[in-house]
Amino acid sequence: MQAAAKQETVNTTFRPKILKRKLRLGESAIEAGLFIVGFLTIFVTVSIVIVLGDQALLFFLDPEVTLAEFFMSTKWVPAIGEFGIWALVSATLTTSAIAILVAVPLGLSAAIYLSEYASHRARAVLKPVLEILAGIPTVVYGYFALLFVTPLLRELIGSERIGVYNMLSAGLVMGIMILPLISSMSEDALSAVPNSLREAAYAMGATPFEASTQVVLPAALSGIGAAVIVGISRAVGETMIVAIASGATSEFTFNPLKAAETMTAHIARISGGDLPYGTVDYNSLFAIALMLFLVTLALNIVSQWIVTKFREQYE
Amino acid sequence: MQTENSPYAIETRNLSIFYGSFEAVKDVNLQIQKQKITAIIGPSGCGKSTLLRAFNRMNDFVPTSRVSGEILLHGTNLYGKEIDPVEVRRRIGMVFQKPNPFPKSIYENIAWGARINGFKGNMDDLVEQSLRGAALWDEVKDKLKQSAYALSGGQQQRLCIARAIAIQPEIILMDEPASALDPISTLRIEELMQELKKNYTIIIVTHNMQQAARVSDYTAMMMLYENTRSGTVIEYDETKTIFTRPKDKRTEEYVTGRFG
Amino acid sequence: MIKYTYPEQQDLERFVALRYRTAWIWQLLFLSALLIAIVSLSALLLNVVDGAFGYVAYEFKKDPLTISEKPLEELSKDELIAVLQANLSRGAYNKLEKETPLAARSEGELYNLIIERIIQIKTLETYPLFRSLFEKSAIEAEVREKYPNARLEFRSWLSPAFLTTPMSSRAEFAGVRTALLGSMWLVGIAIAFALPVGVGAAIYLQEYADRKSMVNRIIQTNINNLAGVPSIVYGMLGLAIFVRAMEAFTSGAMFGITDTNGRTLMSAGLTMGILVLPLVVINAQEAIKAVPDSIRQAAFGVGATRWQSIWSHVLPNALPGILTGSILAMSRAIGETAPLIIVGASTFVTVDPQSPFTKFTVLPIQIYQWTARPQDEFHAIAAAAIIVLLVLLLTFNATAILLRNRFQRRW
Repeated sequence: MQAAAKQETVNTTFRPKILKRKLRLGESAIEAGLFIVGFLTIFVTVSIVIVLGDQALLFFLDPEVTLAEFFMSTKWVPAIGEFGIWALVSATLTTSAIAILVAVPLGLSAAIYLSEYASHRARAVLKPVLEILAGIPTVVYGYFALLFVTPLLRELIGSERIGVYNMLSAGLVMGIMILPLISSMSEDALSAVPNSLREAAYAMGATPFEASTQVVLPAALSGIGAAVIVGISRAVGETMIVAIASGATSEFTFNPLKAAETMTAHIARISGGDLPYGTVDYNSLFAIALMLFLVTLALNIVSQWIVTKFREQYE
Repeated sequence: MQTENSPYAIETRNLSIFYGSFEAVKDVNLQIQKQKITAIIGPSGCGKSTLLRAFNRMNDFVPTSRVSGEILLHGTNLYGKEIDPVEVRRRIGMVFQKPNPFPKSIYENIAWGARINGFKGNMDDLVEQSLRGAALWDEVKDKLKQSAYALSGGQQQRLCIARAIAIQPEIILMDEPASALDPISTLRIEELMQELKKNYTIIIVTHNMQQAARVSDYTAMMMLYENTRSGTVIEYDETKTIFTRPKDKRTEEYVTGRFG
Repeated sequence: MIKYTYPEQQDLERFVALRYRTAWIWQLLFLSALLIAIVSLSALLLNVVDGAFGYVAYEFKKDPLTISEKPLEELSKDELIAVLQANLSRGAYNKLEKETPLAARSEGELYNLIIERIIQIKTLETYPLFRSLFEKSAIEAEVREKYPNARLEFRSWLSPAFLTTPMSSRAEFAGVRTALLGSMWLVGIAIAFALPVGVGAAIYLQEYADRKSMVNRIIQTNINNLAGVPSIVYGMLGLAIFVRAMEAFTSGAMFGITDTNGRTLMSAGLTMGILVLPLVVINAQEAIKAVPDSIRQAAFGVGATRWQSIWSHVLPNALPGILTGSILAMSRAIGETAPLIIVGASTFVTVDPQSPFTKFTVLPIQIYQWTARPQDEFHAIAAAAIIVLLVLLLTFNATAILLRNRFQRRW
C-alpha cells in the first residue's frame, strides 16, 4: 500500500494538548435559550389559566351572579342578569352528541375498511378524501351547514318543524368534520395491533371479517376510545359551525330541531360586538371559556393517558 | 502541558461502568500498548462495546450511565471532573459498527470534523491525505463532491475511517467495524488497520475470533460474571498467547469454539 | 369424552358461505362510511361552486346607455369625471372631491363610483349554478314575470376584480383584496413567531432534555394538551393579553401610531402564532426524531459539541420535515376564524394593511360575515371567497406534499 507512505508522520500539533473542560459560552447560552423557549409553552398554559381564571373570578364575585345560579339555572339572559350556564351547555351537549353519533360509527367503519380491507390503490384514493375533509376550515363547514344541509333538512322534515337555524344541521356537519379525526386515530389504533394476533385468528379458520371485528377491534378498543374522547373534545370546542348554523338564542333545549346557542357560539357572538371591557357580560365570557378549557383539557388528558397505556400494552 | 512519555497509550484502573444500578462492566484493568492493535473479544452481551465506548466517553449519551475507577490518557483521568468529553473525542476517534457517513459529499464528510475542530491548513490536502490513509483515495478522487451515500458499504466504512483520521487522533476505537461488510471489504479494512497502526493505537471490538487472531497484537478476553451478569476482562495478553496458550480455561474454551 | 359437533360436509360449506356473506355485507357497510365521506365532500365542494356562479337578475336605477354615448368602459378619465359631475348632486360631488380630488383618482375608481352612485345596480335575485345551467328557460320566465324591468346576466362572482377590489357594503362591488392581504400578513406574523419558538422547543425536547426529568415531561405533556385546546380559548387569551394587556405594543402606540386600539394584525398574528405553536413543535419533533442516532454519534465521534452536531447534521436533515410541518401550521392559521372574531377582526376594512399595527380583516372572517347575511348575493360572494380560501389552502398543502416527496430521506 503505497498510499500510506505519504502518511508516515502524523502532524500532532492539531491534537488538543489539554483535555481540560473549556468554558463553551456559546453552547451554554444556546442550551439555556432553547430551554427557555421550551418552557415558554408552559407559560402559554399558565397564561390561559390565569387570564380565564382571573376574569371568571371577577364574574363570580359580581353581586348579580351566584355560583348556584350559574350551575343550576337554565336561563342565560345577561340583559336582565340571568346567568344560568345550562342554557348554553344544553346546546353544546346536543350538537356534540349528534356529531359524535355521526362521526363515531362512520369514522370507525372507515378506519376498519382502510386498515383491514382496502387495497393499496383503494387507500391511495380514499385516504386523501379524509385528509381533505380534515383540512377544510370550519367556517366553510358552517357555510355548508347553513346553505346546504339546513335547506335539505327543511325539505325532508318540513320547514314548519325545523327552523333556518337548528342544532341538527350543525351537529350533522360537525360529525362530518370530526369523522377524519376519529378515523385516523382509530386506524392508528387498529394498525398498532400486532399482526401475530390477526394471524392467530386466521390460523384458527377465521374469515378476515371475523379476525378484524372479533380479534383486532377488541384489541384496539382502548385506542378507539381515546379517539372518541378527542372527538368529543373537538366537538365541544368547535365554534364556527354552530355560530353560523345553530342560531343565536340562548335557550335551554335538547330538541335538535330547534335553534339554540352553544357555549362557543355565545362567546363568538357576544365578543364579536363591541362589548365594553370589565362589564359582567364581558367577564361572563371568560367564565364560559374557563369551563370549556377545563372540560376539553380533562378529555384530552384522559385520551392521552389511554393512548399511552395502550401503547405500553403492545411494546 | 501533559506528559506524553507514558509507556501506554491508554490504561484503565478498576474501571466499572453502570447503567442505572446495573453494573455492565466490572473492575477492568487494561494497559493498551502504543501503536498496536488491541482486540476485545468475548461472547455477546458481555460489555465489549460498553467498555470501548467508555474510552471516548460515548456512554455519556446514555442518560443513566456512570463510571467508577479511572481511564488514564497520559496520566490524565478522562473521567475527571474538569475533563471535557468533546476534547477527549478529538484525541480518541471512533469507527462505528455500521458505516455512518454524514448525508453530505465525500469531501464534506472529512472536512466537517476538521473544520469544527479549528483546522487551519489546506483542506484539500487534508482530505486527500486522509482518504489515502484510509486507502480510498484512488476510488473516490474523481467524485469528491458526490454524496457519500453513493458509495458501497465497504467504501463508506473506509470513509468513516478517513473521517476519523482526518482529525488526527492518537487512538482509534473500532466497534465491530467489519460486521456489516462482505468478506472482500472486510479484508481491505483489515489490511488498512495494519497500515494505520504505524501511526495510531487501535482498539477493536470484534465477535469474529479469526479476525482478532489475524489483525491484533494484543487481545483482551471478556466474560460475564455468572452471578451478577456484569462483564469483565478475564485475560489480557499478546494475541498469540491468548490463542495458543491461554491461561484461563474459559478463554481456551471460547477461542477453540467450545463455548459461546 | 367430548363429542365434537362441528358442521360437516354440506353443512360446513353452507356455514362457511354464510359467514362469508355476513362478512361481505359488513364490508359493504364499512365501505359505505367512506362513500358517505366522499359524498359529503363532493356535496360541500359542489355547493360552494353552485353558489359562486350563476344567473343574476338586476336592475339599474339609471341605464348606463343613457348617461353617455360611448360604453362606460371606453370613456377617458375626463369624460368619467364629466359623467359624475353631470349626474351627481352638487353636494355629493363636492363631498367626493373633498375626500380625494377626482382628478387624482384612477379610472377604475371613477368607473366604480359611477356604477355605485349613478347607475346603482340593484340585485333582485341570484340563481345558483346548476339551476342556471339546467333550468335556464324557467329562470328567464320567472324573472320576466316577477321583475319586468330586470336584466338577466350570467355572472361569475369569482373574478379577477373580486380578488383586487377592496371591501364594499354592496355585494356587487365587494372584493377580497383587503381580506386576502390581511390573511397573508396574519400568517406571516404567526409563523414568524411560531417557527423559531416551536423549532427551538422541539430541539430542546429532542436533543437536550432528559426524558425522565419532571420538568421536561411536563413540557411535553403540556404541548400535547395545548394542541387540543379549543381555538376559541386562544382567542380569549389573545383578547386579554395582546389586545388589552399589551395594547401599547400591539396598537403600535409604542412606535408612534395613534389611530388604532389593540385590535390589530399584530394581536391577531401573535394569537394565531400561539395557536399553531404546538403544531409546529410536534411536527418539528417528529422530523428531528427521524434523523437517525448514528449521524449524531458520527458527529460526536469526530469531536463535535452538541450544538455543532445539531446545527450541521440534525437540523439540515430535519429541515424538510420541519418546513412541511410549518406549512401545515400555516394552513391551519389561514383557515381559523373563531379566535379572530374574539381578538376583534374588523368587518369592514377598505384600506390595504400597510403595517402590523392596523385593524384588519381576513378571508375566513369575510366568509363568516357574508354567510351570516340574509341576502343571497352575499352568500354568492361568500362562496366565491371560499373558493379563494380553498385554492390558497390547496396551494399550501400541495407545496407541503411536494416538499415532503422531494426531500424526504429514507434512512
